[in-house]
Amino acid sequence: MVDMTAPQINTLKGGTVEDALENLKKRFPSAVSTDARDGYEGVVVSAENLTEVARYIKYDLGFDFLSSVTAVDYLNEGVHSNDHLEMVYHAYRTSGGPALVFKSQTDREEARMPSLTSVWRGADLQEREAWDLMGVRFEGHPNLQRILLWEGFHGHPLRKDWHEAYYEEDSKPFGSRWPGGHVHRAEEKNIFGKNVTYPADIDLSRLNDVSEARMYDSFGLGVDVSHVSDHDGIQTDRLVVNMGPHHPSTHGVFRMVMELDGETVTKLEPVMGYLHRNHEKIGERNTFLHNIPFTDRLDYISSMGNNHGYVMAVEQLLARGAKWSPPTYRTEVLRVLMVELTRIVNHLWAIGFWLNDLGAFFTPVLYFIQERERILDFFEAVAGSRMMCNYMRFGGVFGDLPERLRSVANLINDRVRDYDTMAFLTEMINERIPRTIDELEEYLSANEIIQARAKGVGYLSAEDAIDYSASGPVLRGSGVAYDVRRADPYSIYPELDFDVAVQYEGDMYARYMVRVLEMHESVRILKQILPRLEYTKGESVTENNAQYSSKVPIGEAYGRVENGKGELGFYVVSAGDKRASANPWRYHVRAPSFINLTPLGKMSEGGKVADVVAILGSIDIVLGETDR
Amino acid sequence: MNGVGFAKGMWVTLRHFMQTYVDDLRYGFRKYSHQVDNFETRQGVEADGAFTVQYPDEKLAMPERFRFVPFLVVEDYDHEDRPGKDWCTSCGICAKVCPPQCIWIVRSNDPETGRPVPEPEAFFIDIDICMNCGFCAEFCPFDAIKMDHDYELASYDRTTNHIFDKEKLSKEFRYWKTIAPTRAVEEAEARGGWEHKDAQKEARRGGSSRTTERDKKAETDRDAKREAVRARREAAAAAKAASEAAPAPVAEAVAEPPKSDEGVKPWNEDEEKQRQRREAALRRKAARAAKREQSDE
Repeated sequence: MVDMTAPQINTLKGGTVEDALENLKKRFPSAVSTDARDGYEGVVVSAENLTEVARYIKYDLGFDFLSSVTAVDYLNEGVHSNDHLEMVYHAYRTSGGPALVFKSQTDREEARMPSLTSVWRGADLQEREAWDLMGVRFEGHPNLQRILLWEGFHGHPLRKDWHEAYYEEDSKPFGSRWPGGHVHRAEEKNIFGKNVTYPADIDLSRLNDVSEARMYDSFGLGVDVSHVSDHDGIQTDRLVVNMGPHHPSTHGVFRMVMELDGETVTKLEPVMGYLHRNHEKIGERNTFLHNIPFTDRLDYISSMGNNHGYVMAVEQLLARGAKWSPPTYRTEVLRVLMVELTRIVNHLWAIGFWLNDLGAFFTPVLYFIQERERILDFFEAVAGSRMMCNYMRFGGVFGDLPERLRSVANLINDRVRDYDTMAFLTEMINERIPRTIDELEEYLSANEIIQARAKGVGYLSAEDAIDYSASGPVLRGSGVAYDVRRADPYSIYPELDFDVAVQYEGDMYARYMVRVLEMHESVRILKQILPRLEYTKGESVTENNAQYSSKVPIGEAYGRVENGKGELGFYVVSAGDKRASANPWRYHVRAPSFINLTPLGKMSEGGKVADVVAILGSIDIVLGETDR
Repeated sequence: MNGVGFAKGMWVTLRHFMQTYVDDLRYGFRKYSHQVDNFETRQGVEADGAFTVQYPDEKLAMPERFRFVPFLVVEDYDHEDRPGKDWCTSCGICAKVCPPQCIWIVRSNDPETGRPVPEPEAFFIDIDICMNCGFCAEFCPFDAIKMDHDYELASYDRTTNHIFDKEKLSKEFRYWKTIAPTRAVEEAEARGGWEHKDAQKEARRGGSSRTTERDKKAETDRDAKREAVRARREAAAAAKAASEAAPAPVAEAVAEPPKSDEGVKPWNEDEEKQRQRREAALRRKAARAAKREQSDE
C-alpha cells in the first residue's frame, strides 16, 4: 500500500536502517539520541515522545513489525552508573532487513511508560509481561494486569533487588558446592512456605476466594439472565465459560475465558502462567553456558532451534572480544541439519495434534510420530538425548556426527541398533521423510471433513497478523511472506535454495498448508545439506568452543531464528564487569508461542466453541515456552 | 465435497492397519519372538507396519552418547596399583559448570599438613535436580565423571533415596569401556594411555615397570631439586630464628642479596641453566604483556 504520489515517503520506507535512524533523529532532534554505550545499538527515545516516535517508525519509516518488547533493570550494574529501567523495542520491516532498535528509559521508583498498544497491538501481552515481571506501569494499556503471576505475588521478580524464596547467591556457580560441598536440600532450609511474602494490600482471605472477580469484571459473572440477545426471535443467555487450565485440548495448562452467545464466542481472553518458572530470572543467575540446556526446556518439541537462537545471540557478543574465532563451516552445516530436522519434527507434531483437536483422534498423529521417532533416534545418538538435545555450544557444537549410530547392550537393555550414520541420514532425507509427508498429504489435504472444519475458520488478515506481531505459520498463513531465514538471513541460509512457504487465506487450513509446504522446503534444504556434510568431513566442529569459564564482553545482542513455531528471539545483555561478565545481566526470550496468542481472541470471536479448540491448535503453542 | 478425499484417507488407514499383518507373514509370525534376534529387522529402515518396542519386556540399548544421571569413574577393583581409586581429583569444575548446581563436593585435605589432596572426601549428586545436560562429563579434565545409561531410577521415597553419595555414584572404569567403547578409546588416545592422567605421570616418575631411562634421569634431577628445596627451607627457618633472636638488622638482611652457597641458592644448577630459565621467564612475561595490549585494543 505504497502511496505513489508521495515519493519522499517511499525513500523513507526504502532505505537502510542507518538511513532510517538518521531520518528519525532529523525528525525528532530533541527526543531521539543515539545509544552511545559500548556494545549497544539503536536510539534512546525520551518517554514523553515515545508514542509519537513509534508512530513515525511504524507508518513513515515502514518498520511495521514489532518483534520484541522487553524491559531491563539497570541497578548497580557497574558500567552505566545511573540506575534506571529501560524498555527495549525491536521493530522490523516485513519486507526484510535488520532491526530498528529503540529504547526508552524511566526511573526505577516511578517506572511509568506510555503504552504502545495504540500503535502496535502486538505490544499487548508483552507489555503486560513487562509490568508483571519488571514493574513498568504502562499508561494507556487497556488491560494492565499481571499475566504470568497471580495478583497476590509480592514484587516484580525480574528486578535486580528481588530475591526468590530459595535465594542463595546472585550468580552461579554457588560457593557452597565446592570445596566444602556438604549437601542439603533447599526445602529442608525453607520449610512449608515460611519464606513467602505477600504484598501489603492483599487480603489473605482472598486465597480461599475462587471467584476471580477482577478478571470477570469485564465479562459479567456466569449466566446473565438480564441480558438477552435476540437472534431471529430466539432468546439466548450470555454465558461465561472457563476452558482449562486442565483441559486436554489446551495442549498443557492453558486457560481461555470465553463469553458465549449460544454457541458463538463473543469474547475470549487467554489466561496463562500455570507453568511459569521465571526462566529469565534463572537465566540471569546462570552463567552464559549454563543457559544452553535451559533453552531446551522452552519449546521442548524443538530444542535444537532454541539452542541455535541462544548461541547466535551470545556469539554476537563474543565476537566483540579478542579471543574469538567464529564457528567453522561444518559447524554451521550441522546446525542447519539439526534445525531443519527439528522443524519437520515440530510441524509433524503440530499438524498431528491440531488434527486431534479436530477430532481425528491419534490415528494421524501416530503415523507422524513414527517418522519423528527416527529423527529423535538420530538426535539421541548424536547429541545424547531425544528432546533435551543441548547440542550447540558457543562457537561450535557438542560433537561431530558419530561414524555409526550404534547402541551398546548392557545387562538390562539388550535391544541393539546399529546403522551407518550417513546411510541412515541419506535414507531418512531422501526416502522416509518425503514418503511420510506425501502420505500425510494424500491422507488429509483433500479430506472433506478437514476442509469443512478448517477453511474460513479462525481468520486473521495480513494487516492484523503483522499488527499483532504474529510470526511463523500464523503470519505466513495470512499471506505475509516473512521468514527470518530469508528476511534477515543467518548461518548458511543465504547459500541454500528454498522458498518461503506462504498461503493467502488466513484461516486454519492455510496454516496447515503452510506447515506442509514448509516441511517440503525443509526436505529440500536437507538434500542440499547432505553433500555439504560429505565434503566438510574431517573439519573440526569443537575446536572453537568457548571454555567453561569464558567471559562474555559487555554489550547487548538480539539473536533470532525462524523456529517451527515462529520467530524465536533471545535478547541478551552482558554487563556488570568493566570488560566482560560470566553471567548475563539480562536474558529475555521472545517466545513465539506466547506472542502468537495475542491474536487468539481476534481469531476466535464470532466462531463456535468447538472451533476455538482447533484455532488454538492451529497456532501451535507449547506451554513450556508460553509461560517460561 | 464428493467424499473422494475422505475415501483416500481411509485407504491410508487401512493400508497401515494391514501392513502389520503383512509384515507378520513376511517374517513368518516370528516378529515378536524372543528366540529369534529379529529386532533389527523390525526397527530397520525397511520395516513397515507397527514398529513399537514392547517395554518393559524388551528394552532398547542406549546409543553411546546417551546421557543420564552421571556416575564417577573409579579404577577397576582388580587394578594392580590402585584398585578402586577415584579418578576424581576434586578440582570442582563439574560443580561450577553444572547448570542446576546439583553437584556437591567436599575436597579432602591432608590430615597432617592441611593442604588439599587430589581426591574427593565426599561427592553428592542430587538426582532430582540433575537435568542430564552432560556438561560435567564434557568439561571434566580427568574423564572422571561420565553420563550413565541406566535410566530406571524411580524409587518410592524421594527424600531419602535421591541424593546419591560417592559410594552409590562410583562405577568401575571397565563399565565405562563397556557402555561407550568408541568414546573410551578416543578419550584414552587424548590422555595418552588407558590409565588416569595422574597414574601416567606417576608411572613416568618411576613407579612402574614401563619407566624409561629419560624418566629415570628426570626423577633423579627432581630428587636433587627436592633435596635443595628442603635445604633452603631449613636455611630460611634458621635465618628466621636467627633474625627473631636479633631483630634489629632486618632491613639490612633483606637488602643484602642472598649468598650463593648451597643452602640459599634456589636450585642446585649451573649458571648456564639459570640464565636460560631467566630468559625464558622474561620471554613469557613479554608475551603476556603483548597479549594484554592486544586485548586492550
